[in-house]
Amino acid sequence: MKSFYGETISSPLMLGTAQYSSPAVLERAFRESGASVATVSLRREGSGGAGQTFWAMVRDLGVRILPNTAGCHSVKEAVTTAQMAREVFDTPWIKLELIGHADSLQPDVFQLVEAAKILADDGFDVFPYTTDDLVVGERLLEAGCEVLMPWGAPIGSGRGLQNEYALRALRAEFPDTPLVVDAGIGVPSHATRAMELGCDGVLLNTAVAKAGDPVTMARAMAKAVEAGALAHLADPMEPRDMAEASTPVIGKAFLS
Amino acid sequence: MKITLNGEPIEVVAMTLSGLLEEQGQSGRVATAVNEVFVPANARSECRLAPGDRIEILAPMQGG
Repeated sequence: MKSFYGETISSPLMLGTAQYSSPAVLERAFRESGASVATVSLRREGSGGAGQTFWAMVRDLGVRILPNTAGCHSVKEAVTTAQMAREVFDTPWIKLELIGHADSLQPDVFQLVEAAKILADDGFDVFPYTTDDLVVGERLLEAGCEVLMPWGAPIGSGRGLQNEYALRALRAEFPDTPLVVDAGIGVPSHATRAMELGCDGVLLNTAVAKAGDPVTMARAMAKAVEAGALAHLADPMEPRDMAEASTPVIGKAFLS
Repeated sequence: MKITLNGEPIEVVAMTLSGLLEEQGQSGRVATAVNEVFVPANARSECRLAPGDRIEILAPMQGG
């Protein structure tokens, strides 16, 4: 498995911590998923100290923490949020989200590249949430990113990989760069498919948190990424248009 | 003096950012920004507040 800024991770599954019905469900789902990375965020702290309780629970999961800049719409806002996250979570890892469109939550790739450069120059390990655009990927690597996180489909849509061709192109163009499909995964087969295509990880949240039974879905996702990764390693057969008998014809009895 | 803390106008006694955290009972793991600029933990005691400052105190939160 490729390393992420020098860190090898035990599972290609990265799991979000939002939208669970309770902290207990989140914790059980995480343990069942075998996820190696937990995404987290920063929000205003009230007097109740809810953030501190959450932090204690996430820390006990024993996984790598990947803070995000979710909801940021400008370079300045994203950079400041990243700086604050680095201090609070004590990690240089940052999932850089710069949203450009309200309905699709599509990344603003122009600002994304700009912010990635500022953060990489400042010592951050940037995980850019990007579209599947090849040239943007190239620019992000030039900016100092060593990981790309193309979307499969819009955040929370659960629509699966909308453009496999683009993901294949990214894989072919950047064979040594860790690729993580971030967003759009709805069911385990989507995650399997991403791994079959040769991606190095899958980041998802809603698919588990909003399943009727998040803990069972977390287990399913663990198996899904494992199956896909093994399939990629095993070098799958090429599909054909016509049938090709798998049972040998030689030696068949003459009975007609 | 009057400042804005996490979007809410409040009256505070503290003169510095570290004093404000103490006044607000924020002893946990938080990050701070003053007027949209990040202020690292080790600079809080030197950071003097002025009337009208916009302070953000952020803490860990669920995220995707």
